[in-house]
This record gives sequence, structure tokens and C-alpha cells, in this order.
Amino acid sequence: MSLTINQTKTFPMGGVHPDENKFTADKPIQRLETPGEVAIPISQHIGAPAKPIVEQREKVKIGQVIASSGGFVSANIHASISGIVAKIDKVMDSTGYKRDAIIIKAGKDEQEWAEGIDLSPELVTTISLDQEGIIKKIAEAGIVGLGGATFPSHVKLSVPKGKSAEFLILNGVECEPYLTADHRLMVEKSAEIVVGAKILMKALGVTKTIIGIENNKPDAIQKMAELVATEVGMSVQPLKVQYPQGGEKQLIRAAIQREVPSGGLPIDVGAVVHNVGTAFAVYEAVQKNKPLIERVVTVTGKDIKNPSNFLVRIGTPVGELIEAAGGIPENTGKVISGGPMMGKALNAVDIPIAKGTSGILLIPNEESRRGKMKACIRCSQCVTVCPMGLEPYLLMTLTQKEYFERLESDKVMDCIECGSCSFTCPSDRPLLDYIRLGKKTVASLIRERNN
Amino acid sequence: MSQTILFTIGSITILGFLAAAILYFIASKFKVYEDPKIDEVEAALPKTNCGGCGHPGCRAFAEACVKADDLADLHCPVGGNPTMKSVAEILGMEVEERDPYVAVVRCSGSFEYREKVNVYDGSPNCTIAHNLYGGDTGCQYGCLGFGECVDACDFEAMYMDEKTGLPVVIQDKCTACNACVTACPRDILELRPMGRKNRRIFVSCINIDKGGAAKKACEVACTGCSKCESECKYDAITIVNYLAYIDADKCKLCRKCAPVCKSNSIHEINFPPRKEKEEKEERVKKERPERVKKDDAIETATLNSPVEVDVIEMVKKANEGESNEPDSDDKA
Repeated sequence: MSLTINQTKTFPMGGVHPDENKFTADKPIQRLETPGEVAIPISQHIGAPAKPIVEQREKVKIGQVIASSGGFVSANIHASISGIVAKIDKVMDSTGYKRDAIIIKAGKDEQEWAEGIDLSPELVTTISLDQEGIIKKIAEAGIVGLGGATFPSHVKLSVPKGKSAEFLILNGVECEPYLTADHRLMVEKSAEIVVGAKILMKALGVTKTIIGIENNKPDAIQKMAELVATEVGMSVQPLKVQYPQGGEKQLIRAAIQREVPSGGLPIDVGAVVHNVGTAFAVYEAVQKNKPLIERVVTVTGKDIKNPSNFLVRIGTPVGELIEAAGGIPENTGKVISGGPMMGKALNAVDIPIAKGTSGILLIPNEESRRGKMKACIRCSQCVTVCPMGLEPYLLMTLTQKEYFERLESDKVMDCIECGSCSFTCPSDRPLLDYIRLGKKTVASLIRERNN
Repeated sequence: MSQTILFTIGSITILGFLAAAILYFIASKFKVYEDPKIDEVEAALPKTNCGGCGHPGCRAFAEACVKADDLADLHCPVGGNPTMKSVAEILGMEVEERDPYVAVVRCSGSFEYREKVNVYDGSPNCTIAHNLYGGDTGCQYGCLGFGECVDACDFEAMYMDEKTGLPVVIQDKCTACNACVTACPRDILELRPMGRKNRRIFVSCINIDKGGAAKKACEVACTGCSKCESECKYDAITIVNYLAYIDADKCKLCRKCAPVCKSNSIHEINFPPRKEKEEKEERVKKERPERVKKDDAIETATLNSPVEVDVIEMVKKANEGESNEPDSDDKA
């Protein structure tokens, strides 16, 4: 394979390069023991929450639908362990609020799987379903974007009328420091991912697929490149190590040199982006009839004893993962769900793992503190690093002064919330906090105007 | 020399008259007719431009008053009944007297009753913290304590009480302009009628969790036990989602509900002191053990996610079984 690492591409403006700290890059994915109790939130995706269809004390099997999709932009939720529904109650989840969740307690009996799920490890390459069948199957399996955005995948695959997809881009970038869930998946389950990509291509009716992978994962690039060499229309694109390379719009720009217009969607430039984790889940759903009941989660941190990649059931408490990785270090200042750049600190350790949880990160005390906010010195660092070409310092000021019309005309809605501005600010200004606030207010003003 | 001066004065005078004539012509030709009553009504208004009436400023309200057929839907909460009376006089209309309103704080979870379970070091802004997570105490409905309502108040009618961490409304200055109500992301403030002799009773809690969960989060949370509901003879109290609400229109201020509230979440304002009540308060105080403030709580923060977090519990767990205490340095 004559793949040269130097042939790298990247997005044209902004970006930062935080310390990578990928401690778990060589750690194989371990299956975590099935927990005795899971709390499965009914809203783990963008869109309407799912509606519970089981009742208290009902017996459920693994893979059984326990909450059905609450609309088109919504997703089914499945039982991740077999046992008895203990209750449907409000449970603290990663949003920091108590929200409805279905709590299942494992029985004493053996774990039972729902009928029709193929648990054999053989690779199935023939795709028997047609386009509609695939999309229906993906919707039934409750698959959402596993990169973290948790947007229901069947919605992305239903191309609106008048638009057509040309490229499928698989996102194997994983630009967040510390996280290696997608990396390990690409190394260990590469064949399945390629079949998953073929299923997605069939569903979209496209002939070209580009798999974008950052340069700091040479083993994954090698493995994927070897596999796709024999496939028609598939290629691997190594990308420069630059945050936020894995942002949808940045990846499209880097991979196919097209810019998604302001306020537009990737489909406007003929691209559909899916995470490699999603491709793997699609493979399992379509070929093995297995719904999304588990995912790979990286548990890592500078002081944790055994940083690892775990395959865990949805609904497992975060605390069990930390225990399995060697317990919580004494000097922990923060537990973050996701990566250090876009992740969110958790306010308890009994929070359940959701479909969008890609990592659990333990930050030591001395690194977890925010600096004291100082005055803006007009150094324009934030403008330089903004990958969307916005002016973060201005957006923050406009939000503080409540100039919402100006915020809208200054394209606050284009912000992808990558946090590069706050990361780079020498005055420790909470730029992203205020931009998010401005975005939220402008979004509600736009909604009001359209109604 | 003198000729030049005279010529200059003369030409400028002529120019002046010419310009005046043009201006007069244009002013009369393009004159926009405005009802002189608008000016009169505006003069009668308090000119605070607070927007409490629902119109963008006093002038817009005056215009709306002049245009309106009757004043039933229009009310200036700042000026109140005297202002509306004078507005009605100017317009030759009649206006009904309205009860004055005042803002009340529906959260009584001060530091002593609501334990901090994590440390927030993000931006000190209520809306940002609210969008981020449930807050640094166990109650996800309660006051966040950054005083956005105080900032929103144009009349200096609110302040943050440092001892309790909760906002306080100064009754005499509050104009019921609604600014604090819209500013609060958690909907804690409510406008309620001032009440007879300025006396009012309300439930100072908006926690809609089940009783046990609410009590765990905050000692003075309404648990929805419905004791007050059965005590009330006037059907003024309703319980929805484990939370009691007193309808001010039906409430006769009989004060029967407050003593039966086990969690002390029903507040009485401007009533003469009641003997039993004092006894009860003392009893409750005795029953409640003093909360120890957790100074040794691990402080938290992050690179980009401003949050929260609590690790206190986790660290406690981690330390269990280990002989040396984590805060031994602090003690020494």
C-alpha cells in the first residue's frame, strides 16, 4: 500500500491543536460485564423524546423496544439488558437535569435476547434489503449519530426531494483529544465498518465514499485503506491533525473541497456525513438484526489506573465504568462526558451512559479550574482560530448587550460550538458560554418570527 | 468698508427670510397630524419606559390609549390606579380600579436548607447556568443566585440577600413591571396581587418533583402532601405535579394553611406575628440539625465546559477505607 502520510488535507481556516493525550490508542476494546441495573433515558437523541411502551414490572428481553419513536425526528429505545422494568422515573442524565428514564433490573435468570437477533461473529457481506428496507431497519434499530450529536440516522438518509447525494463521507477523524473509541473500532471492526458503509451507500444511492481519518491514527488508516483498496468508489483520506477536523462542515471542506453554505445542510453540497461508529451500528442492525443497545466508550484521564476502551450497554452508570478502569483518582476535579473540548462535565457518577456518550474523562484538580476572566485585549486570537470565520469576541459582546438582530446578521447561528475560541483566549473569557446564549436567543427569535 | 458690512447683513437677512419661508411652506405642506391628546396622556405617565404595560415605552402606550375605544385592556402597572384615572380623565373615558400587584420570590432554598452538591465555576449568569445543568444544589428548579432578576429591575426594587443567596423584593419600590419575571430563566418570580392591607400568602417553591425527591433536594421544598389543600375552606389551593399553588383570587387570607405545612414552604407576608407560628418555627429549628458547610468540597472546572460537577460524593467513596483523611492538611 503506497499510502503516503504527507498527502494530507485540512480545512482552510482556524483550528487549534490541543495536546492529544490518546492514552488508550493501543488498548483493545473490552466488553464490560452486563450491569445489574440500567437506567435508559427516553431522550438520548435530538428531536422528540421516545414514548415508553412498557409498564412497571413488565419482563423485557435484550433488544426489545421499550420506548417507541415520538415522531419522524426521534428514535426507538431498546432494552439493553433482560430483566424486569423496575420503574419509569426521573433520573439525572448527562444534560444535568432529571429526566424520564426506564429503569430495568436484571433478573436472576440468564440474560435473554429478543428473537431474531443474530449473535454469531461471522461477517455477512451480502446486502439483501433494498433502499427503503434499509432505512426502515435503521429507524427500527434506533440508530442515531454516534459521534456525539445523536441526530437520528434515518432522517439523514432520507434525502429531501429536489436534492441528491453524491458523496458519503465517513467520519473517522476523532479530533477530540483523549478519545479513542472510533479509532479502536476502525482497527478492530474495519470489515464491518466497510460493509456498513456499503449499506449506507445503497440507502443513499451514492457511488462514492470517502473515509476521513486524522493522521495520528496510522494503524487505522492502514487497515481501512487495505480493505477499501478492492472496493469500487471507496477511498481513505488522511487528514491533518487539527481540531475541529471532525466537525461536519470542516470534514466536508477537507475531503471534497466544498463549502456548506451558511444556514445550509451538507446535502446542499451533495454530501452526507456519518460517523464510523454509526456505520458499525448500521452493519449490526441491517445484517445481524441487532438494535443499538451498546457502544464503545473510552474511559481515560491522566491519573486513572487503567485507561481503557469498553463496549458497554446503554444505561450503565458511569461509576461502573470508572470502577472497571481502576477507580476514581483522589485528585479528580471533574468528570466529563465526551472529550475535553466539547464534552460536558457531569454532576454525579450515577448518570447513565447514553447513545451519544463517546468517552468518560477524568480531569485532575489542577487542570480542571477555569481561569479568572480578564478584560479582552483585542489580540484577535479567537478570530484567528474560529473554523467558521466568525468573530467570537464580538458575538460575546453583542450577546451581553442584547443586540440580537446584529448577532443574527453576524451569523451567530453558524457557530458549531467547537470551543476553539474559549480554548485559545489568553484572558480566559467565557466566549462560547455567551455565544451559546446568543445562539439560543436568536434561534427562539427566528422561530417566533416564522410562526 | 461700511457698504460691504451693510451688504453682508442685508443679504444674510434676505437669505434667512427666504429659508424661513421655505421651511414654513414645507412644514405646513407635510405636516403629520398627531392627536394632541397623545402628548397630554404621555405627560400623565411615569415616563419610565419600562415596558411593563406590554408596549415599547410610554409614548407607544399613550398612543395605544388614545386609539383604544375603552381602557379595559390597558394598564400602567408603574403608575397604577391614580395614573390610569388621570389618563381616563384626559380621554373622557372610565377605568376600573385594579388591584396593585407585586413580585414574589417562589424559592426559599437558602444556603442552610439547600445543600450544595457541586461547584459551578462557569460564567456567573443565571441563563447560562440554567442552560447548562440543574444547578449547584440538588434542586433543579430553585434559584441559581446570580441575580439576573436584580439586574433586570429598573426601579432598584430588588437585591440579593448575601446570607440566603436569594433575591428579595422591596415591596414599596416594586412596580410589578414584569421585568424580573421575564429575566428569570427558571420562572421563579411571580406577580401576585398586593392583597388586602398588603397581606399575602403564597407557596414559596416551584419544585415539581415527587415529595421524597423534593425533600431530599431542599428542606423547605413543597412535597405536595396536600395538607394545606384539605385545610383550605375556600378551594383556593390546588396541587398539580406534587406542588401546591394558592389562587390569590380565591384566598381569603385566613392563614389556616401555613401552620399545617410541615416543610414551611407557605409564606405569609405583612401579617401580625402569630404565637403558634413562632413556636412552630422554633420547633422546626430544633428538629433541624445545623448544616455543615462543605468548605473542603473539591472545586471543579474545565477547559471548555464550564461546569459543575460533583465529585464530592465520588471522592468520599474513594476515600472510604483509607486511613488518612483528605483534608488533614487544612486542619493542620
